[in-house]
Amino acid sequence: MNNESTIHVHGAEIETHEIHHDGNGHPHHKETFITKYIFSQDHKTISKQFLITGIIWAIVGGLFSVLFRLQLGYPGQSFAILETFFGKWAEGGQIKPEFYYALVTMHGTVMVFFVLTGGLSGTFANLLIPLQIGARDMASPLMNMLSYWFFFLASMIMLSSLFVETGPASGGWTSYPPLSALGQASIGSKIGMDLWITSMAMFVVSSLLGNLNYIATILNMRTKGMSMTRLPLTIWSLFFTAILGVLSFPVLLSGFILLLFDRNLGTSFYLSDIFVNGQILPNEGGSPILYEHLFWFLGHPEVYIVILPAMGMVSEILSINSRKPIFGYMAMIGSLFAICILALLVWAHHMFVSGMNPFLGSFFVLLTLLIAIPSSIKVFNWLTTIWRGNIRFTPAMLFAIGFVSLFISGGLTGIWLGNATIDIHIHDTVFVVAHFHIVMGVSAFFGMFAGVYHWFPKMYGRFMNNTLGYIHFWITFIGAYLIFWPMHYEGLAGVPRRYLDRSIWTSFNQFGDLNKVITIVTIVVFAVQLMFVFNFFYSIWKGRKVRTLNPWSATTLEWTTPVNPGHGNWVGEIPEVHRWAYDYSKDGRDFIPQTEPVGANETTEH
Amino acid sequence: MVIVSNQRNNRMHPHKFALWVAIASIIMMFAGLTSAYIVKSKLANWEVVEIPTYFIYSTACIIISSLTIQGALRSFKQRNMSQYRTLLMVTLFLGICFLALQYLGFSWLWENGVRFRGAGAGQFLYIIAGLHALHVAGGIIALIVIILRTLIGRKKVYNSVGLEVLSTYWHFVDVLWVYLLIFFIWLG
Repeated sequence: MNNESTIHVHGAEIETHEIHHDGNGHPHHKETFITKYIFSQDHKTISKQFLITGIIWAIVGGLFSVLFRLQLGYPGQSFAILETFFGKWAEGGQIKPEFYYALVTMHGTVMVFFVLTGGLSGTFANLLIPLQIGARDMASPLMNMLSYWFFFLASMIMLSSLFVETGPASGGWTSYPPLSALGQASIGSKIGMDLWITSMAMFVVSSLLGNLNYIATILNMRTKGMSMTRLPLTIWSLFFTAILGVLSFPVLLSGFILLLFDRNLGTSFYLSDIFVNGQILPNEGGSPILYEHLFWFLGHPEVYIVILPAMGMVSEILSINSRKPIFGYMAMIGSLFAICILALLVWAHHMFVSGMNPFLGSFFVLLTLLIAIPSSIKVFNWLTTIWRGNIRFTPAMLFAIGFVSLFISGGLTGIWLGNATIDIHIHDTVFVVAHFHIVMGVSAFFGMFAGVYHWFPKMYGRFMNNTLGYIHFWITFIGAYLIFWPMHYEGLAGVPRRYLDRSIWTSFNQFGDLNKVITIVTIVVFAVQLMFVFNFFYSIWKGRKVRTLNPWSATTLEWTTPVNPGHGNWVGEIPEVHRWAYDYSKDGRDFIPQTEPVGANETTEH
Repeated sequence: MVIVSNQRNNRMHPHKFALWVAIASIIMMFAGLTSAYIVKSKLANWEVVEIPTYFIYSTACIIISSLTIQGALRSFKQRNMSQYRTLLMVTLFLGICFLALQYLGFSWLWENGVRFRGAGAGQFLYIIAGLHALHVAGGIIALIVIILRTLIGRKKVYNSVGLEVLSTYWHFVDVLWVYLLIFFIWLG
């Protein structure tokens, strides 16, 4: 059954060169292992590559946090396992203070960029954009493939930096100069820092190539009838994520270029009046605040790049599993838009104590607090979406609900930190650590888990194991609160971040047992994540097979493709869209797919 | 595998659209650099740098090359292929001239004592103009690919999308350079 067909899209003829479909939608032109699984231009394969690379990075980044958490919970104690993993950096089983900096730097960099940016939006933008808007692939499949391979290159460089003699970068994930600009300032500012910058530059290239494609695909390649206001919210959120990436990553790149020149060629963009290791440096006239501005102009939008895709997927999953239309669809888009604009205007709230003009700070306080409005609109709409819904508690749904809970808890402390006056007290304490881990770390992970459980059947044609999914959810959910909730109290009491051993302060010794509890819970939660990884890989080959096209009874287009779609996604014509994505429980019907024409007697409101 | 094909005519081709998004992101990079320049020029030890005259000649080169590539696009659409090839070659020549003149300008600066050390406009000049030159070099590579395709390609090309993308990009790096030059003269 070889339908080498001419497919009509938008009424114009579109040729499907080289795609010959058999009955299952598998293209059977010559495809070797290499073109199919390695240098593939199929968006679905690229999305799996991003996901699996992200999973590997998450294990590395997570393991780092477990191991340094071990030392934080039990300061001064020796653990053989630390020496096993870190060798000379933990001689005698105790992490060296300078290596602790390297560990937190790599934990932050890996989690923020390689897992929650590359692994999260790389995976789901690639998977969902063409499938949900009704396109055969991205605007430029080649650029899309290059985007993954630049990500891979960045990963390799970052990984190699872990093994150099002077250790990886250790100036924090923000890499502020002068620490990051002067090799003699710290052991982690030598070659490890150059590798870090190079790797991040490759990462920026990867993310630009990807984001360009996402924007061009969403705006130009939607199927017939798929107007912008019929798009699922996942696509809207991925769209705004891509816009943020395109506008903010280049600024980070220019900041890094200047940093590289300061490091290696003797310029003084960020350096002035420095006395290091008994030596007076000639550099004058630079300002580290300049770097902070350039960094946070990306750094702040970056947290929205991390959280917006999670928000989009959660909106979709909550609606599907409550069997109710999303509440306030246009308000959801409007609030995404508002967050996107505000994200670009609040960067200096990370710099209240940097020596920036305090008068300038008050504007940033105002703009920062404004973010509470669109965020609250979204939370309100999620709650009203599941309100009195006919809820199916799938693992994806549980993680989506967990996301909303964490986003509320973490968002509330954002109001504290956004006030410059309160921030002066709690800045650089573990209160900040608790805030951002809950609001963008753990919640983005929850969004990602929700997405993986929900779209796994589309990715691999099999289901993940539900029982393991439930165990995964409950332990992670309770564990996340047990780990980060106590940190708020510690932070309010003044416990600082970035210290390996706080036992020298007698006033903080009261938190000794609390720190042990946090460490033990961290180990348990990490073990459960490994169980998730096992579930993931086991289910790829041994999971329960998907027997129906639309296992979740969802309205969107990805469920109209074959169970294992080939390159090109649809056999024959791309379906036409006649309605928005959220017709659940309408006119006495459980759901109406987007492809079904609007009936004559149908109610018009949605 | 070619999956993208002609879309509805009144919609922009995805590749052209992607170029505009790419231009937006390049603008953001240079906006970052030039705003860093403004911030830094208010700080201590700022030294003004004289713009080498080579940069004026290179500006003339790139402006003229913008005209020739537009002419090439026009003759391509009119299927005047010999004129099209000539104009592309002229554009390539002017593009290389631009890079050569930039290089001469940098050498002139270097010989006149503008080095990386210190804290003046010179450091920015090397980096900003250097990054711009890299973008022009990217355009030149694309231009060479298109020229090779017209000279040795077996298939006749009727689709002007690739050329339009290139010419838009070329105009962009032209305008970007003019902006940067005015910026340097104004604030340097």
